[in-house]
Amino acid sequence: MTRALAFLLPLVLALAAVSLSIGPADVSLPESLPALIFGGDGPLPMVMREIRLPRVLLALMIGGTLGLAGAAMQGYLRNPLAEPGLLGVSASAALGAVLAIQSGLSVAFALALPLSALAGAVIAVLILIMLAGPRAETLTLILAGVALSAVAGALTQLVLNLSPNPFAASEIVFWMMGSLADRSMLHVWLALPFMAVGVLLLAGVGRGLDALTLGEDAAASMGIDLGLLRLRVVLGTACVVGAGTAVAGAIGFVGLVVPHLLRGAVGGRPGPLLWVSAAGGAAMLLAADIAVRVVAPDRDLKLGVLTALVGAPFFLRLVWRSRGERA
Amino acid sequence: MSFLSLQKLSVTLRGREVFSDITLEIGAHEVVGLIGPNGAGKTSLMRAALGLIPSRGESSLAGLTPQQRAKAVAWMPQAREIAWPVKVEDLVALGRLPHGDHAQGPVEAAIAKMGLEGLRKRRSTNLSGGEQARALLARALAQETPLLMADEPTAGLDPAHQIATMEVFGALAAEGHGVLLSLHDIGLAARHCTRLVLLAEGRLLADGPPEEVLSDELLARGFGITAYHAQTPDGPVFQPMHRAR
Repeated sequence: MTRALAFLLPLVLALAAVSLSIGPADVSLPESLPALIFGGDGPLPMVMREIRLPRVLLALMIGGTLGLAGAAMQGYLRNPLAEPGLLGVSASAALGAVLAIQSGLSVAFALALPLSALAGAVIAVLILIMLAGPRAETLTLILAGVALSAVAGALTQLVLNLSPNPFAASEIVFWMMGSLADRSMLHVWLALPFMAVGVLLLAGVGRGLDALTLGEDAAASMGIDLGLLRLRVVLGTACVVGAGTAVAGAIGFVGLVVPHLLRGAVGGRPGPLLWVSAAGGAAMLLAADIAVRVVAPDRDLKLGVLTALVGAPFFLRLVWRSRGERA
Repeated sequence: MSFLSLQKLSVTLRGREVFSDITLEIGAHEVVGLIGPNGAGKTSLMRAALGLIPSRGESSLAGLTPQQRAKAVAWMPQAREIAWPVKVEDLVALGRLPHGDHAQGPVEAAIAKMGLEGLRKRRSTNLSGGEQARALLARALAQETPLLMADEPTAGLDPAHQIATMEVFGALAAEGHGVLLSLHDIGLAARHCTRLVLLAEGRLLADGPPEEVLSDELLARGFGITAYHAQTPDGPVFQPMHRAR
């Protein structure tokens, strides 16, 4: 285990514990933890198990997989500005969710929203693979992702534009900001299989990404199957991003900023960065989800707004530094 | 013993025949220089031999599984790409990737052979071009393959680094490895290769010792040049002089 993981994993556990202890029901950790683990009668076990636990689990899962997918995308594209959203899958999942809200399906049936978002993500992956093909070049893949994002974004705007009902429109806008509030264990179970498949796909790419440090030709000559590597990165990222967006909305900048921040801690090697970045992503999202509840407990500050607020300055710093390197 | 055997290898890219019917053997103790004008197909020949691009005919390497091939040949593409700021020692250790071990012995030997001890903790992206070329060559050495193939390994290097690089290839051959290089510097090729292969117009024009392949007639046909050549106590000297009329 690297030193970075030895530092990050306890941090993730500590943040998870803090997150579990925060909420409108004012209970201390020594009271709430036994209620969570052993259950029992009364409102406290229910609060812990049905309200706070899913929130913590989703932050762990979504933050962790965004960090993992971000590191995989950056390693595969050999570009520190790459991020999971680049494939257009998150924008398409958002479109699916928006359609569910607009059509009223999400009111009739609670799981319609995440299911519709998942459908959007799956359709996006199919289009992506058709557009980019099995032997696609990196540039084709990026362009296909950009095109998909643009189409999904435009259609989302169109739905908002034509929305006859201001309540639906504001619900759409708020949903798109991303949040972990009021999620249940159902959301966890819904996202879990897709995320498990995505993590399994991404778990095997470290060796290939390490080899890609030397370029595609050198990696291929070292026995790396580049087609298989691309498929794993694209499908794995699509699975976790699609599932994450479906249950929590658009949460940006985690997959961009976290791998970049932690790259130095693993000596720049893209393989070891995968897991360090996953732990870092979980920590960042847990911290952000704690912050939205602590900073403005009565204003329902959205998680995606906070990650963007914290992430965008990092992005600027990145641009600033790369500008210095070129000069 | 043959480390690479090509039988009637042909490559067609986007409907254009790059080269055809190349037959070539490379064995132990050889430093084979692949020479020819720009666009002659030197890079394509090496990539096809490695099985990285589709070809017709036979290559003993292209028939192997990717894992077997990675233990049979180390390949250094011309573009000296280093995508991330990894430490020099981690870059060299990438050579062990095909073996799936973390053997320190070959990595240390490669670092010592390329004189990288003082640079091992440095970020490889912060090195000079010459230092990066040395680190990348060390990576290929750490792969410990019978055959080493390199595309323009001396391009962009100063004369001292060019000579040092060629001496590493010579030392490898002396140890019993085989080496195949594409080179643009005919003088360097004449001095340091045990054998030259001249590729032009998509065909193998000549294959033999440097003094045979660098004859006036073949230079005029292959490169369209005339050259000054002389024998010195240190070996042959070649200096391209004029374009042939």
